[in-house]
Amino acid sequence: MNLLRGKLMPPLLAIVFSALLCSVALVISGSNPGTALSAMVSQVGHGTTAVDIVNSASVYYLAGLAVAIGFKMNLFNIGVEGQFRVAAVTAAVVGGALRLPPVLDAIVILLVAVLTGALYAAIPAVLKVTRGVNEVISTIMLNAIAMGIVAYMIRPDVFGVLHGNNISTAEIPTAGQVPGISFGSGGTVFGLVILAAAIGVGYWVMMNRSRFGFELRASGESPTAATAGGVNAKKMVLTAMLLSGGIAGLVAMPELLGRDHSYGIISPAGYGFTGIAVALLGRNHPGGVAFGALLWAFLDKSALALDNVGVPKEIVTIMQGTIVLSVVVAYEIVRRVELAAEQRRVGRELGNTGGTPPQPAVASAGGES
Amino acid sequence: MRRRMRGVAVVAVALTSALSLAACAKDSGNSSNNNNASGNPSSGCKLADKPAAAPAGSTSADAGGKVDGSALKIGLAYDIGGRGDGSFNDAAAAGLDKAISDMGVKKDNTKELTASANESPADKETRLRQLATGGYNPVITVGFAYADALKKVAAEFPGTKFAIVDATVDGAANVTPLTFTEEQGSFLVGVAAAYKSKGCHIGFVGGVDVPLIQKFQAGFAQGAKAAAPDIKIESKYISPAGDFSGFQDPNKGNVVTKGELDAGADVVYQAAGKSGEGVFAAAKAANKLAIGVDSDQYNQPTVAANKDVIITSMVKRVDVAVYDFIRAFAKNDLTTVPKVFDLKADGVGYATSGGKIDDIKDVLEAYKAQIVAGKITVSATPTK
Repeated sequence: MNLLRGKLMPPLLAIVFSALLCSVALVISGSNPGTALSAMVSQVGHGTTAVDIVNSASVYYLAGLAVAIGFKMNLFNIGVEGQFRVAAVTAAVVGGALRLPPVLDAIVILLVAVLTGALYAAIPAVLKVTRGVNEVISTIMLNAIAMGIVAYMIRPDVFGVLHGNNISTAEIPTAGQVPGISFGSGGTVFGLVILAAAIGVGYWVMMNRSRFGFELRASGESPTAATAGGVNAKKMVLTAMLLSGGIAGLVAMPELLGRDHSYGIISPAGYGFTGIAVALLGRNHPGGVAFGALLWAFLDKSALALDNVGVPKEIVTIMQGTIVLSVVVAYEIVRRVELAAEQRRVGRELGNTGGTPPQPAVASAGGES
Repeated sequence: MRRRMRGVAVVAVALTSALSLAACAKDSGNSSNNNNASGNPSSGCKLADKPAAAPAGSTSADAGGKVDGSALKIGLAYDIGGRGDGSFNDAAAAGLDKAISDMGVKKDNTKELTASANESPADKETRLRQLATGGYNPVITVGFAYADALKKVAAEFPGTKFAIVDATVDGAANVTPLTFTEEQGSFLVGVAAAYKSKGCHIGFVGGVDVPLIQKFQAGFAQGAKAAAPDIKIESKYISPAGDFSGFQDPNKGNVVTKGELDAGADVVYQAAGKSGEGVFAAAKAANKLAIGVDSDQYNQPTVAANKDVIITSMVKRVDVAVYDFIRAFAKNDLTTVPKVFDLKADGVGYATSGGKIDDIKDVLEAYKAQIVAGKITVSATPTK
């Protein structure tokens, strides 16, 4: 119960708080919050929205997990954005050129994506372990370079194909495509949603049931203690970054192999940054990240529904921002309250065993730390 | 110096011959009163002979007949930015507004939806379905980004007529493409730039390095070279393909333009959306000239502070295309919509607001006539 309160209260509080804040913003701007809320809720039953939410969530989930691995050991991989885009364009180019039997073709494309993402993440990782370059700085710069790489790769005189005013990579043949689960007019769920879920499970097993996961968490919580315990810090940084980049490489795959079949100038960007928000929302827990991804996708699609009923869709961006901010604040408040409660309890027990009355000074000092 | 004198002389001769011809072509300007030699005293280029003005094809759209659009339910799906972006979304909105004021379309019967930045292609499909299931017919999509989504949704709603700006959708009978020959209009402002450049050195600033914007660059360069074969042209893009920030960032537009001006260019043509505001600001700061794009930017409130540097604008009449499409739909005859909105159909052209190119209008009209007559073919892709 206590655990549930600590884990679930903050996000719920954050959602309620941001909903209130957005209602105020809506009232000020002259819209009816009731209309907005009902449009947001009822959209789920309309057309392909429910399926679209799941599809987008699978993409956000992969991005969130990629960021979460880094967070677990205090690495801030802002470069998921660049890693996923370079991987996506490389996989799309390879996929467009490959002519392998079905299944095998798709697997090769996925492997190319994972390897490219990992390789692109290896640059900041190596820089960090050999030269001590802060990964935040290097990955931000690599994001900008990734943009250039993508633009170069899809040039018509390199690997791109021009159609009308659009350019993209060559279409991936059927053998490389991953069929989805069709719901008729309700849309088609990407087949790779299952892969995203499987990676979530794998993430949990790795973190909680493997020696590597233990060492990773230990390095994140106390690098000095981990080193003292015989953990090779450099190796951990390198492996965590490569894993993060590998998963980042998969981010675009559900869409690429499930719907778009080519990567071009209008393919959406920004998933890497969404991943950061989603990982924060989910506290790096695979279940929490899944929840965050679904919530984020739901809010994204709400923009369409709100636009349709004449409510300014920018309210969704405000909502997403306030949710992330208030989740972070709420967790911190809950953490401090629980810490204080814990310290009071410990203080009381110590006081009891010692046979002296509890000292208020101890409790208040504990509460401040 | 002697070289320049001869250049001016050549122009003078060319102008004289052209003016006499242009007088019988449609030419509203009274520039024939001007002294020929002072017709363009400013150009530093050795100008090529201006083509003899072919009889300009009269391009009056079928203005006859009032069309009743009061029963229409019109849906518009904008690209990122939507109404109020000061660029092509706004132009499409202007077309709709004209339909409301001229054809009796009821404002309540129109719906305008706007794309979000970085949205998934599925969201574009959802937006189009929202309009189609809402009973909106016709539905107009603004921007080539809608092409793939439209191909899918148009097939689901065979009873709804769609139009798409800047793209064609193959194999969809209920989709009307509204495409433009941006390179032709850009050719003409390229000629204007060559005539107005003091140092025979001009520049192009593109928003994002995509094929659509390369058409502007290609036409501009070809036009400038046709008018002045020795001209130097700087060409830069603000952001690479895939990064659409280049259309949204006046600061970067300013920096890129400053780079071109520092390199010696003195007339810059921008095709950079909102970043164009920075292009004009940079030109103003350096006391140089600029050319606007899409709408008649001399009259655009958002850039009013720097409008005195805008000598002309390459107008791309998205508003005309949208209006023509709605009108044709109301008349139940979509065959009257031009296949391509080119110079001939007045789908592209140049603006004369501000009077800064009045002296060379006859030159531009002569080139225009050549293009319309097919004697000059303008390439849509830049030469490397």
